[in-house]
Amino acid sequence: MKKPVLGLLLGAVLGAFDGLTALATPEVASQIVGIVIGSTLKGLIVGALVGWYAYRVQSLSKGLLVGLVVAAFFAFLVAAMPQPDGRHYWIEIMLPGSIVGLIVGYATQKFGQGRGIVAR
Amino acid sequence: MTWLSNDLVERLRDVASRPELASDRYVILRPIGRGGMGSVYAARDEQLGREVAIKVSNAAAAADDLDQRLRQEARVLARLEHPGIVPVHDAGLLDDGRWFYVMKLVRGETLADHAASLEHEAARLVVFERVAETVAFAHAAGIVHRDLKPSNVMVGQFGEVLVLDWGVARVLARANRESGAGARGHDRHPDDPIDGTSGGTRMGTAGFMAPEQAHGDSSNAGPPADVYALGALLFWMWTGSAAPADLSDVSRSLGAVSPAPSKRLSAIIRKCLSHAPADRYASAAELMEDLARYRQGSSVSAHRETTIERAGRWLVRYQTFVWLVLAYLVMRVAFAFLR
Repeated sequence: MKKPVLGLLLGAVLGAFDGLTALATPEVASQIVGIVIGSTLKGLIVGALVGWYAYRVQSLSKGLLVGLVVAAFFAFLVAAMPQPDGRHYWIEIMLPGSIVGLIVGYATQKFGQGRGIVAR
Repeated sequence: MTWLSNDLVERLRDVASRPELASDRYVILRPIGRGGMGSVYAARDEQLGREVAIKVSNAAAAADDLDQRLRQEARVLARLEHPGIVPVHDAGLLDDGRWFYVMKLVRGETLADHAASLEHEAARLVVFERVAETVAFAHAAGIVHRDLKPSNVMVGQFGEVLVLDWGVARVLARANRESGAGARGHDRHPDDPIDGTSGGTRMGTAGFMAPEQAHGDSSNAGPPADVYALGALLFWMWTGSAAPADLSDVSRSLGAVSPAPSKRLSAIIRKCLSHAPADRYASAAELMEDLARYRQGSSVSAHRETTIERAGRWLVRYQTFVWLVLAYLVMRVAFAFLR
Protein backbone atom coordinates (compact mmCIF):
# COMPACT_ATOMS: atom_id res chain seq x y z
CA MET A 1 0.00 0.00 0.00
CA LYS A 2 1.35 3.42 -0.95
CA LYS A 3 1.99 5.86 1.88
CA PRO A 4 -0.60 8.47 0.76
CA VAL A 5 -3.29 5.76 0.62
CA LEU A 6 -2.22 4.49 4.04
CA GLY A 7 -2.36 8.03 5.41
CA LEU A 8 -5.80 8.55 3.86
CA LEU A 9 -7.24 5.34 5.36
CA LEU A 10 -5.61 5.76 8.76
CA GLY A 11 -6.62 9.42 8.91
CA ALA A 12 -10.23 8.52 8.08
CA VAL A 13 -10.43 5.70 10.65
CA LEU A 14 -8.78 7.73 13.41
CA GLY A 15 -10.83 10.79 12.47
CA ALA A 16 -14.07 8.82 12.70
CA PHE A 17 -13.01 7.33 16.03
CA ASP A 18 -12.01 10.76 17.29
CA GLY A 19 -15.41 12.10 16.25
CA LEU A 20 -17.21 9.25 18.01
CA THR A 21 -15.52 10.15 21.29
CA ALA A 22 -17.81 13.19 21.28
CA LEU A 23 -20.47 10.78 22.52
CA ALA A 24 -18.84 11.17 25.89
CA THR A 25 -19.78 14.87 25.84
CA PRO A 26 -23.53 15.09 26.43
CA GLU A 27 -23.70 18.73 25.27
CA VAL A 28 -22.76 17.80 21.69
CA ALA A 29 -24.09 14.23 21.55
CA SER A 30 -27.09 15.36 19.54
CA GLN A 31 -24.79 16.54 16.71
CA ILE A 32 -22.79 13.33 16.61
CA VAL A 33 -23.46 12.55 12.92
CA GLY A 34 -22.17 15.91 11.78
CA ILE A 35 -19.20 15.68 14.14
CA VAL A 36 -18.21 12.20 12.91
CA ILE A 37 -18.54 13.23 9.25
CA GLY A 38 -16.54 16.41 9.84
CA SER A 39 -13.89 14.62 11.89
CA THR A 40 -13.58 11.88 9.26
CA LEU A 41 -13.17 14.48 6.51
CA LYS A 42 -10.55 16.27 8.58
CA GLY A 43 -8.74 12.96 9.12
CA LEU A 44 -8.90 12.20 5.40
CA ILE A 45 -7.31 15.52 4.48
CA VAL A 46 -4.65 15.37 7.20
CA GLY A 47 -3.88 11.71 6.38
CA ALA A 48 -3.56 12.42 2.66
CA LEU A 49 -1.23 15.39 3.23
CA VAL A 50 0.94 13.61 5.80
CA GLY A 51 1.01 10.43 3.70
CA TRP A 52 2.01 12.42 0.63
CA TYR A 53 4.81 14.03 2.65
CA ALA A 54 5.98 10.61 3.90
CA TYR A 55 6.02 9.44 0.29
CA ARG A 56 8.34 12.32 -0.61
CA VAL A 57 10.52 12.53 2.50
CA GLN A 58 11.84 9.56 4.49
CA SER A 59 12.45 11.01 7.95
CA LEU A 60 10.68 9.96 11.11
CA SER A 61 11.28 13.22 12.96
CA LYS A 62 10.14 15.36 10.01
CA GLY A 63 7.15 13.07 9.44
CA LEU A 64 6.11 13.44 13.07
CA LEU A 65 6.53 17.21 12.91
CA VAL A 66 4.49 17.53 9.72
CA GLY A 67 1.78 15.26 11.17
CA LEU A 68 1.63 17.39 14.30
CA VAL A 69 1.54 20.75 12.51
CA VAL A 70 -0.98 19.76 9.81
CA ALA A 71 -3.31 18.04 12.27
CA ALA A 72 -3.03 20.90 14.77
CA PHE A 73 -3.86 23.40 12.01
CA PHE A 74 -7.00 21.55 10.89
CA ALA A 75 -8.02 20.90 14.51
CA PHE A 76 -7.62 24.64 15.11
CA LEU A 77 -9.99 25.40 12.19
CA VAL A 78 -12.57 23.02 13.65
CA ALA A 79 -12.14 24.30 17.20
CA ALA A 80 -12.46 27.90 15.95
CA MET A 81 -16.05 27.18 14.94
CA PRO A 82 -18.20 28.00 18.01
CA GLN A 83 -20.62 25.39 19.31
CA PRO A 84 -24.38 26.23 19.49
CA ASP A 85 -23.87 27.29 23.10
CA GLY A 86 -21.17 29.71 21.92
CA ARG A 87 -18.30 27.82 23.56
CA HIS A 88 -15.05 26.76 21.91
CA TYR A 89 -13.59 23.36 22.79
CA TRP A 90 -9.99 24.34 22.05
CA ILE A 91 -8.17 21.81 24.21
CA GLU A 92 -10.69 18.99 23.75
CA ILE A 93 -10.39 19.21 19.97
CA MET A 94 -6.84 20.43 19.37
CA LEU A 95 -4.90 18.22 21.79
CA PRO A 96 -6.28 14.81 20.72
CA GLY A 97 -6.40 15.99 17.08
CA SER A 98 -2.70 16.83 17.19
CA ILE A 99 -1.87 13.43 18.68
CA VAL A 100 -3.84 11.77 15.89
CA GLY A 101 -1.61 13.72 13.47
CA LEU A 102 1.47 12.39 15.25
CA ILE A 103 0.12 8.84 14.99
CA VAL A 104 -0.53 9.25 11.26
CA GLY A 105 2.88 10.87 10.79
CA TYR A 106 4.58 7.97 12.57
CA ALA A 107 2.62 5.26 10.79
CA THR A 108 3.16 6.70 7.32
CA GLN A 109 6.90 6.98 7.92
CA LYS A 110 7.23 3.46 9.29
CA PHE A 111 4.84 1.61 7.03
CA GLY A 112 3.61 1.73 3.48
CA GLN A 113 5.39 1.84 0.18
CA GLY A 114 7.48 4.89 -0.52
CA ARG A 115 9.21 5.91 -3.69
CA GLY A 116 10.81 2.63 -4.82
CA ILE A 117 11.51 1.25 -1.36
CA VAL A 118 9.35 -0.53 1.13
CA ALA A 119 9.53 0.95 4.61
CA ARG A 120 9.18 -1.57 7.44
CA MET B 1 86.18 -11.17 26.32
CA THR B 2 83.30 -8.68 26.22
CA TRP B 3 79.75 -9.90 26.69
CA LEU B 4 77.10 -8.43 24.42
CA SER B 5 74.09 -6.92 26.10
CA ASN B 6 70.69 -8.54 25.60
CA ASP B 7 69.51 -5.48 23.70
CA LEU B 8 72.39 -5.70 21.31
CA VAL B 9 71.91 -9.42 20.79
CA GLU B 10 68.25 -8.80 20.11
CA ARG B 11 69.07 -6.08 17.60
CA LEU B 12 71.65 -8.24 15.87
CA ARG B 13 69.17 -11.10 15.68
CA ASP B 14 66.58 -8.72 14.22
CA VAL B 15 68.99 -7.43 11.57
CA ALA B 16 70.18 -10.93 10.71
CA SER B 17 66.64 -12.21 10.21
CA ARG B 18 65.58 -9.34 7.97
CA PRO B 19 64.86 -10.52 4.45
CA GLU B 20 67.32 -9.70 1.69
CA LEU B 21 65.21 -8.32 -1.11
CA ALA B 22 66.69 -8.72 -4.56
CA SER B 23 65.32 -5.43 -5.87
CA ASP B 24 65.91 -2.06 -4.24
CA ARG B 25 62.27 -1.07 -4.60
CA TYR B 26 61.40 -1.96 -0.99
CA VAL B 27 63.42 -0.91 2.02
CA ILE B 28 62.67 -2.86 5.18
CA LEU B 29 61.95 -0.48 8.05
CA ARG B 30 60.99 -2.55 11.08
CA PRO B 31 59.42 -5.88 12.03
CA ILE B 32 55.70 -5.72 12.77
CA GLY B 33 54.88 -9.25 13.75
CA ARG B 34 55.89 -12.85 13.51
CA GLY B 35 53.58 -15.82 13.22
CA GLY B 36 54.00 -19.51 12.66
CA MET B 37 53.96 -19.14 8.90
CA GLY B 38 55.68 -15.86 8.20
CA SER B 39 57.05 -12.60 9.50
CA VAL B 40 55.63 -9.22 8.62
CA TYR B 41 57.78 -6.12 8.16
CA ALA B 42 56.93 -2.51 7.58
CA ALA B 43 58.78 -1.37 4.48
CA ARG B 44 59.03 1.65 2.24
CA ASP B 45 58.07 1.38 -1.40
CA GLU B 46 60.70 3.67 -2.94
CA GLN B 47 59.00 3.69 -6.31
CA LEU B 48 55.63 4.94 -5.07
CA GLY B 49 56.87 6.67 -1.93
CA ARG B 50 54.58 4.93 0.53
CA GLU B 51 54.81 2.55 3.43
CA VAL B 52 53.76 -1.03 2.83
CA ALA B 53 53.81 -4.31 4.71
CA ILE B 54 55.87 -7.26 3.50
CA LYS B 55 55.14 -10.78 4.63
CA VAL B 56 57.99 -13.22 4.28
CA SER B 57 57.84 -16.96 4.72
CA ASN B 58 59.54 -18.39 7.79
CA ALA B 59 60.43 -21.45 5.78
CA ALA B 60 64.04 -22.51 5.67
CA ALA B 61 63.81 -23.31 1.98
CA ALA B 62 61.58 -22.79 -1.00
CA ALA B 63 58.98 -25.48 -1.71
CA ASP B 64 58.63 -25.93 2.03
CA ASP B 65 55.02 -26.32 3.24
CA LEU B 66 55.15 -22.88 4.89
CA ASP B 67 56.37 -21.35 1.67
CA GLN B 68 53.49 -23.00 -0.20
CA ARG B 69 51.05 -21.58 2.33
CA LEU B 70 52.42 -18.08 1.94
CA ARG B 71 52.02 -18.40 -1.82
CA GLN B 72 48.50 -19.61 -1.30
CA GLU B 73 47.71 -16.74 1.03
CA ALA B 74 48.98 -14.20 -1.49
CA ARG B 75 46.93 -15.78 -4.25
CA VAL B 76 43.80 -15.98 -2.10
CA LEU B 77 44.19 -12.32 -1.13
CA ALA B 78 44.73 -11.34 -4.73
CA ARG B 79 41.55 -13.17 -5.69
CA LEU B 80 39.48 -11.48 -2.98
CA GLU B 81 39.12 -7.81 -3.77
CA HIS B 82 37.02 -6.45 -0.93
CA PRO B 83 37.30 -3.47 1.47
CA GLY B 84 37.55 -5.94 4.34
CA ILE B 85 40.56 -7.73 2.90
CA VAL B 86 44.08 -6.32 2.75
CA PRO B 87 45.01 -5.73 -0.90
CA VAL B 88 48.16 -7.39 -2.25
CA HIS B 89 50.40 -5.10 -4.30
CA ASP B 90 53.25 -7.34 -5.30
CA ALA B 91 54.80 -10.76 -4.73
CA GLY B 92 58.12 -12.39 -5.48
CA LEU B 93 61.08 -14.46 -4.37
CA LEU B 94 63.87 -13.56 -1.99
CA ASP B 95 67.49 -14.33 -2.84
CA ASP B 96 67.26 -17.43 -0.68
CA GLY B 97 64.26 -18.65 -2.66
CA ARG B 98 61.63 -17.90 -0.05
CA TRP B 99 58.36 -16.26 -1.02
CA PHE B 100 57.27 -12.82 0.04
CA TYR B 101 54.36 -10.62 -0.82
CA VAL B 102 53.72 -6.92 -0.42
CA MET B 103 50.44 -5.61 0.89
CA LYS B 104 48.86 -2.47 2.25
CA LEU B 105 50.21 -1.45 5.63
CA VAL B 106 47.20 -1.39 7.93
CA ARG B 107 47.45 1.01 10.85
CA GLY B 108 45.24 0.19 13.76
CA GLU B 109 44.81 -2.50 16.36
CA THR B 110 43.58 -6.05 16.40
CA LEU B 111 40.08 -6.76 17.61
CA ALA B 112 41.68 -8.46 20.61
CA ASP B 113 43.01 -5.03 21.67
CA HIS B 114 40.13 -2.96 20.29
CA ALA B 115 37.27 -4.91 21.89
CA ALA B 116 37.53 -3.12 25.25
CA SER B 117 36.43 0.13 23.57
CA LEU B 118 33.28 -1.54 22.20
CA GLU B 119 31.01 -1.07 25.18
CA HIS B 120 27.62 -1.13 23.51
CA GLU B 121 25.92 -3.90 21.61
CA ALA B 122 25.43 -1.71 18.54
CA ALA B 123 29.16 -0.90 18.31
CA ARG B 124 30.10 -4.56 18.70
CA LEU B 125 27.63 -5.63 16.05
CA VAL B 126 28.88 -2.99 13.59
CA VAL B 127 32.41 -4.44 13.81
CA PHE B 128 31.15 -8.00 13.79
CA GLU B 129 28.94 -7.47 10.77
CA ARG B 130 31.89 -6.10 8.81
CA VAL B 131 33.84 -9.25 9.61
CA ALA B 132 30.88 -11.44 8.67
CA GLU B 133 30.35 -9.45 5.46
CA THR B 134 33.97 -10.04 4.46
CA VAL B 135 33.72 -13.74 5.23
CA ALA B 136 30.43 -13.92 3.31
CA PHE B 137 32.19 -12.38 0.33
CA ALA B 138 34.93 -15.01 0.60
CA HIS B 139 32.35 -17.79 0.84
CA ALA B 140 30.66 -16.48 -2.28
CA ALA B 141 34.06 -16.68 -3.98
CA GLY B 142 34.45 -20.27 -2.77
CA ILE B 143 37.02 -19.57 -0.09
CA VAL B 144 36.84 -20.61 3.57
CA HIS B 145 39.08 -18.74 6.02
CA ARG B 146 39.35 -21.48 8.71
CA ASP B 147 41.22 -19.37 11.27
CA LEU B 148 38.94 -16.52 12.31
CA LYS B 149 39.78 -15.17 15.75
CA PRO B 150 40.12 -11.74 17.44
CA SER B 151 43.82 -11.40 16.62
CA ASN B 152 43.06 -11.99 12.93
CA VAL B 153 40.70 -9.03 12.75
CA MET B 154 42.20 -5.58 12.42
CA VAL B 155 40.31 -2.38 13.21
CA GLY B 156 41.88 0.57 11.41
CA GLN B 157 42.27 4.14 12.59
CA PHE B 158 39.15 5.20 10.71
CA GLY B 159 36.99 2.29 11.80
CA GLU B 160 37.75 0.10 8.81
CA VAL B 161 37.62 -3.60 9.67
CA LEU B 162 39.93 -6.05 7.93
CA VAL B 163 40.11 -9.81 8.13
CA LEU B 164 43.74 -10.96 8.15
CA ASP B 165 45.71 -14.17 7.89
CA TRP B 166 44.27 -16.18 5.04
CA GLY B 167 47.21 -18.58 5.21
CA VAL B 168 45.15 -21.65 6.04
CA ALA B 169 42.21 -20.66 3.85
CA ARG B 170 40.64 -23.45 1.84
CA VAL B 171 39.73 -22.94 -1.78
CA LEU B 172 36.68 -24.98 -2.55
CA ALA B 173 36.82 -27.10 -5.72
CA ARG B 174 33.76 -25.26 -7.04
CA ALA B 175 35.64 -21.97 -6.96
CA ASN B 176 38.57 -23.50 -8.81
CA ARG B 177 36.28 -24.79 -11.54
CA GLU B 178 34.39 -21.51 -11.84
CA SER B 179 37.59 -19.53 -12.09
CA GLY B 180 38.66 -21.82 -14.90
CA ALA B 181 41.52 -23.29 -12.94
CA GLY B 182 40.29 -26.84 -13.10
CA ALA B 183 39.24 -28.20 -16.43
CA ARG B 184 37.62 -31.34 -15.07
CA GLY B 185 36.10 -32.12 -11.70
CA HIS B 186 38.63 -31.49 -8.95
CA ASP B 187 41.55 -30.94 -11.28
CA ARG B 188 43.71 -28.07 -10.29
CA HIS B 189 46.29 -26.02 -12.05
CA PRO B 190 49.70 -26.47 -10.41
CA ASP B 191 49.90 -22.75 -9.71
CA ASP B 192 46.39 -22.43 -8.37
CA PRO B 193 45.81 -21.97 -4.64
CA ILE B 194 45.78 -25.26 -2.84
CA ASP B 195 43.79 -26.55 0.05
CA GLY B 196 46.92 -26.86 2.07
CA THR B 197 45.64 -29.57 4.32
CA SER B 198 45.23 -33.25 4.06
CA GLY B 199 42.89 -35.49 6.03
CA GLY B 200 43.80 -35.61 9.70
CA THR B 201 45.42 -32.16 9.71
CA ARG B 202 44.33 -29.78 12.46
CA MET B 203 44.06 -26.18 11.34
CA GLY B 204 42.76 -23.26 13.35
CA THR B 205 42.81 -21.97 16.90
CA ALA B 206 41.31 -23.74 19.91
CA GLY B 207 38.14 -22.04 21.10
CA PHE B 208 37.45 -20.58 17.66
CA MET B 209 37.85 -23.75 15.62
CA ALA B 210 34.80 -25.76 14.55
CA PRO B 211 34.53 -29.29 16.00
CA GLU B 212 35.14 -30.83 12.59
CA GLN B 213 38.43 -28.89 12.39
CA ALA B 214 39.34 -29.82 15.95
CA HIS B 215 38.84 -33.48 15.06
CA GLY B 216 41.40 -33.12 12.32
CA ASP B 217 38.98 -32.92 9.43
CA SER B 218 40.21 -29.54 8.21
CA SER B 219 40.22 -30.62 4.59
CA ASN B 220 36.43 -30.92 4.69
CA ALA B 221 35.82 -27.71 6.63
CA GLY B 222 33.37 -25.68 4.56
CA PRO B 223 31.60 -22.36 5.15
CA PRO B 224 29.88 -23.70 8.32
CA ALA B 225 33.34 -23.97 9.91
CA ASP B 226 33.74 -20.21 9.45
CA VAL B 227 30.19 -19.73 10.77
CA TYR B 228 31.29 -21.57 13.93
CA ALA B 229 34.31 -19.27 14.24
CA LEU B 230 32.08 -16.22 13.70
CA GLY B 231 29.81 -17.46 16.49
CA ALA B 232 32.88 -17.95 18.69
CA LEU B 233 33.96 -14.41 17.83
CA LEU B 234 30.54 -13.05 18.86
CA PHE B 235 30.70 -15.13 22.04
CA TRP B 236 34.16 -13.72 22.76
CA MET B 237 32.98 -10.14 22.15
CA TRP B 238 30.45 -10.56 24.95
CA THR B 239 32.29 -12.80 27.40
CA GLY B 240 35.94 -12.12 26.66
CA SER B 241 36.67 -15.84 26.54
CA ALA B 242 36.85 -18.54 23.91
CA ALA B 243 33.72 -20.57 23.27
CA PRO B 244 33.28 -23.69 25.41
CA ALA B 245 32.67 -26.96 23.62
CA ASP B 246 29.38 -27.60 25.43
CA LEU B 247 26.38 -25.59 24.21
CA SER B 248 24.84 -25.49 27.70
CA ASP B 249 28.05 -23.85 28.94
CA VAL B 250 27.66 -21.32 26.13
CA SER B 251 24.16 -20.42 27.37
CA ARG B 252 25.34 -20.26 30.96
CA SER B 253 28.30 -18.01 30.14
CA LEU B 254 26.18 -15.66 28.04
CA GLY B 255 23.60 -15.44 30.80
CA ALA B 256 26.26 -14.61 33.36
CA VAL B 257 27.77 -11.57 31.62
CA SER B 258 26.52 -8.08 32.28
CA PRO B 259 24.85 -6.76 30.23
CA ALA B 260 23.82 -10.16 28.88
CA PRO B 261 22.96 -10.42 25.19
CA SER B 262 19.26 -10.70 24.43
CA LYS B 263 17.61 -14.11 24.04
CA ARG B 264 17.52 -13.73 20.27
CA LEU B 265 21.19 -12.77 20.01
CA SER B 266 22.15 -15.62 22.34
CA ALA B 267 20.18 -17.98 20.10
CA ILE B 268 22.08 -16.70 17.05
CA ILE B 269 25.39 -17.35 18.84
CA ARG B 270 24.26 -20.81 19.92
CA LYS B 271 23.14 -21.67 16.40
CA CYS B 272 26.58 -20.68 15.07
CA LEU B 273 28.24 -22.82 17.74
CA SER B 274 26.19 -25.95 17.06
CA HIS B 275 28.32 -29.10 16.92
CA ALA B 276 26.87 -30.42 13.69
CA PRO B 277 27.67 -28.20 10.67
CA ALA B 278 24.14 -28.85 9.36
CA ASP B 279 22.65 -27.22 12.47
CA ARG B 280 24.57 -23.99 11.89
CA TYR B 281 23.90 -21.28 9.35
CA ALA B 282 24.93 -22.59 5.96
CA SER B 283 27.14 -19.60 5.28
CA ALA B 284 28.18 -16.24 6.67
CA ALA B 285 25.62 -14.60 4.36
CA GLU B 286 22.81 -16.56 6.03
CA LEU B 287 24.11 -15.53 9.44
CA MET B 288 24.17 -11.91 8.32
CA GLU B 289 20.55 -12.10 7.18
CA ASP B 290 19.52 -13.28 10.64
CA LEU B 291 21.63 -10.59 12.29
CA ALA B 292 20.01 -7.95 10.07
CA ARG B 293 16.58 -9.20 11.17
CA TYR B 294 17.76 -9.02 14.78
CA ARG B 295 18.94 -5.45 14.36
CA GLN B 296 15.63 -4.46 12.78
CA GLY B 297 13.77 -5.90 15.74
CA SER B 298 12.26 -8.73 13.67
CA SER B 299 12.12 -12.41 14.59
CA VAL B 300 15.23 -14.48 13.89
CA SER B 301 15.41 -17.99 12.50
CA ALA B 302 17.59 -19.13 15.41
CA HIS B 303 14.91 -18.53 18.03
CA ARG B 304 11.29 -19.68 18.10
CA GLU B 305 9.36 -17.01 20.00
CA THR B 306 6.40 -17.47 22.31
CA THR B 307 3.38 -15.21 21.72
CA ILE B 308 4.33 -13.11 24.74
CA GLU B 309 7.88 -12.67 23.47
CA ARG B 310 6.55 -11.69 20.04
CA ALA B 311 4.17 -9.16 21.59
CA GLY B 312 6.95 -7.78 23.77
CA ARG B 313 9.26 -7.42 20.78
CA TRP B 314 6.48 -5.65 18.84
CA LEU B 315 5.88 -3.26 21.71
CA VAL B 316 9.57 -2.45 21.96
CA ARG B 317 9.96 -2.09 18.20
CA TYR B 318 6.99 0.23 17.85
CA GLN B 319 7.14 1.85 21.27
CA THR B 320 6.74 5.38 19.88
CA PHE B 321 3.52 4.33 18.18
CA VAL B 322 2.30 2.57 21.33
CA TRP B 323 3.05 5.64 23.48
CA LEU B 324 1.21 7.93 21.07
CA VAL B 325 -1.89 5.73 21.04
CA LEU B 326 -1.76 5.44 24.84
CA ALA B 327 -1.38 9.20 25.19
CA TYR B 328 -4.41 9.73 22.95
CA LEU B 329 -6.56 7.24 24.87
CA VAL B 330 -5.49 8.58 28.27
CA MET B 331 -6.33 12.10 27.11
CA ARG B 332 -9.75 11.09 25.85
CA VAL B 333 -10.57 9.22 29.07
CA ALA B 334 -9.31 12.16 31.13
CA PHE B 335 -11.51 14.63 29.20
CA ALA B 336 -14.54 12.36 29.70
CA PHE B 337 -13.98 12.12 33.47
CA LEU B 338 -12.99 15.74 34.07
CA ARG B 339 -16.12 17.05 32.46
